[in-house]
Amino acid sequence: MFANFWAVLNKELRSYFLSPFIYLISAVFLLLSGYYFYSDLVFYVQFGFGLNIMENFWQLMFTDLRLVIMLTVPFLTMRLFAEEKRLGTIELLLTYPMRDTDLFWGKFAACAIATLFMLSFTLVYPALMFSLQPFDWTLVLPGYVGLVMLSLSFIACGLFISSLTDNTVVAGLGSLGTLLFFWILSWNDGATQFGLISTIASVSMVTHFQSFARGLIDSKEITFFLLFIIFFSFLTLRSLEARQWKGRR
Amino acid sequence: MIGVQNVTKYYGRVCALDGISFSVKSGEIVGLLGPNGSGKTTLMRILTGFFPATEGSVHVAGLDVATSSLEVRNRLGYLPENVVLYPDMSVRAFLHFCARVKIDGTAQRRANVERVLSECALEHMAHRQMGTLSKGYRQRVGLAQALLGNPEVLILDEPTVGLDPNQVIDIRELIKGLGGKATILLSSHILHEVELMCERVVIIDKGHILAEDTADHLSERIQGAANVRVRASGPRPSVLNALRALKEVDQVTEHDEEGDRPEEAVFTVRSSNHDIAREVAQTIIHSGWALHELRPVTLDLEALFVRLTREGQKEAA
Repeated sequence: MFANFWAVLNKELRSYFLSPFIYLISAVFLLLSGYYFYSDLVFYVQFGFGLNIMENFWQLMFTDLRLVIMLTVPFLTMRLFAEEKRLGTIELLLTYPMRDTDLFWGKFAACAIATLFMLSFTLVYPALMFSLQPFDWTLVLPGYVGLVMLSLSFIACGLFISSLTDNTVVAGLGSLGTLLFFWILSWNDGATQFGLISTIASVSMVTHFQSFARGLIDSKEITFFLLFIIFFSFLTLRSLEARQWKGRR
Repeated sequence: MIGVQNVTKYYGRVCALDGISFSVKSGEIVGLLGPNGSGKTTLMRILTGFFPATEGSVHVAGLDVATSSLEVRNRLGYLPENVVLYPDMSVRAFLHFCARVKIDGTAQRRANVERVLSECALEHMAHRQMGTLSKGYRQRVGLAQALLGNPEVLILDEPTVGLDPNQVIDIRELIKGLGGKATILLSSHILHEVELMCERVVIIDKGHILAEDTADHLSERIQGAANVRVRASGPRPSVLNALRALKEVDQVTEHDEEGDRPEEAVFTVRSSNHDIAREVAQTIIHSGWALHELRPVTLDLEALFVRLTREGQKEAA
């Protein structure tokens, strides 16, 4: 039953990991997050040593990793549908005995695995900290759960935008812009108090991540992320289906 | 096996297909012939379930494409127009991916991939990345993926476009060899090619069916009269009269072609007698003129369309 899902997943993983692109993106990702680790650590040593490691180090670190993921995930999602459309292979895939959902979730899962691959390197930081001075590692667990939920919601959003165009650059910039916009909305609460913008700000995945960074796993926030992912998956599937109702009278 | 009833397709306000109906019997090879933009690709996309018709219904293997899309796609092999494949994937990896979607069972998948690789003469290219393949080889990979799983129905959109003459012959033989085993609908804008491969031809233009007949009948209908092109040197009026005086000659037209030498004349002789060329030759030589060129003129697609459209207008009147 999941044969087609596995086929798509396998194809996408091959195309991710057999091309140099993912390693380039990972290198940039690790360079940025490595610098944040260093600078947050310096901050902790200079101003907060001996005080609460959660508040003065990990919370900052997770908030910074959030930004790095935001900057890199669009590069992983941009080609997933846009390139199939540009090449014309989408016509093959959509006429194969395969449900649109198999195609979508196969791509989603492959991108999630690629993102987790990148993210897994950051486990070096808690390991390094632990080797210097053992701390309660369950403190960083919520942060990682949050980063995973955040990544998945970025992927859902990026896939949707990729399904709207046949141009990978447009897809990449479109999702980057969308994600940055959600982030910017979290800057000034005063500006986002009223009307439509308050509604948009209230669904910003960036703000919903904050309680995870503080070391809490809140089932309400997990539900929010799941709903966010389901909503964008729904939109993407409708966008793939659009060929079915265009030209109807 | 394939049934198309009253299919109409609009893109916005543009009408791409206007009430098309025809059917293809099991094991038949049918050619869909038409100039670019005539609606061939649109029709094929409807048949493969890529998008639905605005009106009308399409059946493949007794199943409605609109309501049993997955079952139909299970029985179908499709070669889209302009096959561009994943440039950084190898031919074998791509075919294995397609096989995973189309075929159950690992052993069967392997066997199928090897079979289509050999049928399309791709074994020596199997390890190559598809981005490095020439147009002809990409076309063969496209055909190979369509053949995976021995589908009952093959929809081939311009299968020989972009191939060199030898490849065209190979692919043509391959497709002809599939006749009887699979039901094939292929499109082309080359009349001659459709004649060589197909038992029956459906000619469409601007979303309408102009003619539907066996390839032989259609040939006869087009070539109902033999046309012969003659280039001879001699006094023009005398040559013209001599040709007109021949029995069974319906019409002689004189051509003024640029770059012609003044003493030479070019004529087209139209006759119901298919053996008219011999008599033309004899007449010219017996009269002491020189015969420079004598060849049968076959109608090309363009001329055929003109003819068919006129026939249609006459019938309507």
